Amino acid sequence: MEIKVLKNILDANDQMAMQNRKLLASKKIMMVNVWASPGAGKTTTMLRTAEALKGKARMAVIEGDVASSIDTVKLTQSGVTAIQINTDGGCHLDAGMINIALQNLPLDELDIIFIENVGNLICPGEFDLGEYKRIIISSTPEGEDKPHKYPLMFTIADACIVNKIDLMPYVNFDIDNFTRTVSGMNGKIEIFKISSINGDGVDAWADWVLKQLETYRK
Amino acid sequence: MHELEITRSLVHLALDEAKKANARKLTVVNVVLGEMSGAVDDSVAFYFELMTKDTIGEGAKIIFRKVPMQAKCRNCESTVSPKDIFWECEKCHSMDIEMTAGKELYIESIEVD
Repeated sequence: MEIKVLKNILDANDQMAMQNRKLLASKKIMMVNVWASPGAGKTTTMLRTAEALKGKARMAVIEGDVASSIDTVKLTQSGVTAIQINTDGGCHLDAGMINIALQNLPLDELDIIFIENVGNLICPGEFDLGEYKRIIISSTPEGEDKPHKYPLMFTIADACIVNKIDLMPYVNFDIDNFTRTVSGMNGKIEIFKISSINGDGVDAWADWVLKQLETYRK
Repeated sequence: MHELEITRSLVHLALDEAKKANARKLTVVNVVLGEMSGAVDDSVAFYFELMTKDTIGEGAKIIFRKVPMQAKCRNCESTVSPKDIFWECEKCHSMDIEMTAGKELYIESIEVD
């Protein structure tokens, strides 16, 4: 006997993501899922974002790494609320892990939560965590071909940060070609060019974040 | 690596549906897998065999219906296959491309006794 199912395989994850979304909505907190390869500058971007949002929005970071709490230490030492998730070999974060992290964050004192997902351009794209926006960070030394090689995330992200623009003269990265490809794949994506080391372009990115928060709360 | 979690979820879902139908045995799981879903079928099949051991799904077959990636040019509306042509429409050379199929990852049906 054949039984029609027609259910997403990650149904259990999706249901947990919905719970996260409801919890955050009740607290009016916007959650942003940040994807990138290892070394793209996610944590430095988070530090710069925290500086730019100071006095405008209260943020925390959920740090996802296979092992270690190096990034959480970096963030907390700079005064940013952060909580570490170690996946012990897992290549992505799932909605259940985020639910536990949310229970351990001071939700009444927050406006925005960034999830720094495990550095990986494939698996994290498949797991809804309950976020409101998805961001992909691509850095210039990685090369402009990343959207061609890992298209899924670029097609579903709301914004793309091109990081390390200060290194462009040394790494042969054609930013116009990159921008054209990404905008072509995803007509709705916003692209920000920043240097998380010297802070160039961070204000425009932070303004976009604040605008999203305003829209989310409406 | 994430095939482990995908398969865990898949097995849970399939067994749950089989139990709801009061099945004695789960014999087949039909899965729809998009080319761009990021899951590798051989890996899912490998975990599936392991995870169904000692359940009513032991020995069940897993059948994949693969969906190739498809895309449409937003400029001239023609169908394109961006994987081979670098996200550029063959006809009008626009790079304004929308993915229309290939992200699927769901159980279409199960077969039970």
